Amino acid sequence: MFKWKTDEFSWVDFTIDVLRVLIVLAVVVGAWNTLSSGRITLAQWVNLFAAGLSQGSIYALIALGYTLVYGILLMINFAHGEVFMAGAFSTVFLAEALNRTGFLNDQPLLAILLMIMFAGLVSMTVAILLERVAYRPLRGSPRLVPLITAIGASFFLQYAFRGLYGSGFKAYPQVQILQGAISIGGINIPIVQIFVFCSALLLMLCLYWLVERTRIGKAMRAVSENKEVARLMGIDIDFVIMFTFGVGGFLAGSAGVINGVFRPQGVNFFMGFIPGIKAFTAAVLGGIGNIPGAMLGGLFLGVIEAIGPNLVLAGLGIPGANQLKDVIAFTMLVLVLIFRPQGILGERLSEKKA
Amino acid sequence: MKRPFLVFTVLSLLLAFSVPALADSHCMDELGCVEVGPDEPIVIASILAMSGPASFYGADSLGGVELAILGRDGMLLGRDVEVVEEDSHCAAEGGQAAAQRVAADETIVGVIGTTCSGAAQGAMPIISEAGMLMISSSNTSPSLTNDNADEGGTYYPGYFRTAHNDLFQGAMGARFAVEVLKVGAVATVHDGDPYTEGLAVVMANVFAGLTGEVVFQGAVSKGDTDMSAILTEIAASGPDLVYLPVFTPESEFLVSQAANTPGLEDVRMMTADGSFNADFAPNIGAAAAGVLMTGPHVAGDAYQEFLAMWAEEQPGGTDTPPSGFHAHAYDATNLLLDAVEAVAEEMDDGTLIIGRQALRDAMAAVEDYAGLTGSLTCQEDSPYAGDCATGTALAIFELGEAQVNEGAWPPPIVWDLSMSMAGDE
Repeated sequence: MFKWKTDEFSWVDFTIDVLRVLIVLAVVVGAWNTLSSGRITLAQWVNLFAAGLSQGSIYALIALGYTLVYGILLMINFAHGEVFMAGAFSTVFLAEALNRTGFLNDQPLLAILLMIMFAGLVSMTVAILLERVAYRPLRGSPRLVPLITAIGASFFLQYAFRGLYGSGFKAYPQVQILQGAISIGGINIPIVQIFVFCSALLLMLCLYWLVERTRIGKAMRAVSENKEVARLMGIDIDFVIMFTFGVGGFLAGSAGVINGVFRPQGVNFFMGFIPGIKAFTAAVLGGIGNIPGAMLGGLFLGVIEAIGPNLVLAGLGIPGANQLKDVIAFTMLVLVLIFRPQGILGERLSEKKA
Repeated sequence: MKRPFLVFTVLSLLLAFSVPALADSHCMDELGCVEVGPDEPIVIASILAMSGPASFYGADSLGGVELAILGRDGMLLGRDVEVVEEDSHCAAEGGQAAAQRVAADETIVGVIGTTCSGAAQGAMPIISEAGMLMISSSNTSPSLTNDNADEGGTYYPGYFRTAHNDLFQGAMGARFAVEVLKVGAVATVHDGDPYTEGLAVVMANVFAGLTGEVVFQGAVSKGDTDMSAILTEIAASGPDLVYLPVFTPESEFLVSQAANTPGLEDVRMMTADGSFNADFAPNIGAAAAGVLMTGPHVAGDAYQEFLAMWAEEQPGGTDTPPSGFHAHAYDATNLLLDAVEAVAEEMDDGTLIIGRQALRDAMAAVEDYAGLTGSLTCQEDSPYAGDCATGTALAIFELGEAQVNEGAWPPPIVWDLSMSMAGDE
């Protein structure tokens, strides 16, 4: 890249510096106003933080699918939100059946594991089919082409599932054992949020192990590094790419069930759209293509979204601050793109990849 | 070429002068009259949403219209009653186009419609200009009965409705909060939809007028799933009651997450008819117990007979009414037919003369009419000009264990306006 000489004045650098100062100022003033007013109690802050962490771990699971695919194919799979929806929407019927037979509350952990497996398989199948039908024939074409296909595939999946299950809203049944809260130092944290965070963390650890410690993980890393050389080393590229889509799909499907346990209502064919966009934001935030980055980006986005409106915006006297939650999320995206385009943990992409 | 044209002109001029002259001989009405010959049917029109996503509302209302006519064996004053069906598409343009076709037909005495409030705004200027009257079974927008343009009012003379003005439902929630719950501070939440925003604003205004304090007025966005930010804001403002007339699933997210929000665990929640369905409580689970709901309450023996008649006749091909406005349409049609019966004058030659202004006056004079939807009294003054519903077909319901665990529906009624009036006396 062209580098500005240090002794030359640049309006771009100047504007960015001013912007930087203004943002820091707004955050500090807003937070100071809110905290000094004492309007929100410590218990409420902890509650917001915990809810944000749980929401963030769901974003992180979805974001991993974006980042895995980007790492290997350098494409954004915009239909990934729909892969999440496929698992979540299909499993709601299994969950209802398990609830009717009483299995869900007799053996809650086993039932949830079963649901995660089922949702993972559904989403995995959808993701693999998506790759086979929509992306593989276009491999090697200009980068805009699969992007447009992804958007088309996204619509196709949404309306296919609407045709399959109808346009009404469904809800996951309640898991009794996860209701209620545990008290830590006088502050109640809902059990379900702890469960969501821990199970998401477990899945992420599994993924990390898969990528770093197994043969197929090694193959994935090799393909990501250089497809042609990996092929010369005897790696079946098509299989590795399919496997990557499958892993991303499985994580998205399990995120669907975890989301269903955390936020049981509002399951319908359109439910993948917003989480999909948020997870994409999280992936970019953490550094797209970087696996720990996607996890961190997801958690960071969830917490910022939960705390930001009440901490900063309300403190600045902005009315209806809670409705600006999405504004905070996407402002974060813009700021990251301005100040650190490679993301929090990402590395500057080489010329060839960018 | 010229001669037929001349003959045509002369003939049409003659006709143009002679028809009003003839009419004038019998009709003393300032808006003109409908003349129904001895062997001709009495014609009414329906302007309802018959296609598109709102079509089940239209089919629901049309079934009510058909059953009301069947209930009179299809006859009025010894003549057949005929319905001209028009489609409003639930849109202003659709209402306008349908109204133009209706207004062009001089034999039509009155209109049942429209389904959607937007369509009524397109239709009413034309219907009113034509001297006709229109009775709606499902418009709920307050603007339609408000004649103050500064407040967004779009009232036109000749407009009536048996559906509840949204002002009723919001006001009812506020009165219940003050008179029964005796709460001092309320928070309201809407979802940006004009319908829910209207309810939230009315509730807040009436509540504030009844010496209550509105501590928070906010909104969620449609599609939100994480409500922790707004719930924390609400908790920080310290309300005794949260009024959330929003639609599902946002209302479900709000109620279930409020149970886990510090400061809101014991605060009562009240929703409105946007959440009034059997799935609401089971979807939320234990947190739904104790939630209050305002919603339509049509009951009684007459209504059971109506349902039995529907099952037998199956208007539109369904066993049961597809939505909640059939009883309102049944009442609207009966009011229209009763008004025709009251003002029609029979000439010696058997012709019926029905004055259009007289029809409107007869409708406006309706008082304590015992309809399926309760007692109907048509009001004349803005913001209720043309409102015939009195709120007796609305009630407040409370969700309990039976709704949460067994999906029992409808939930028990805890209050209606008659209890409020008893309290006033």
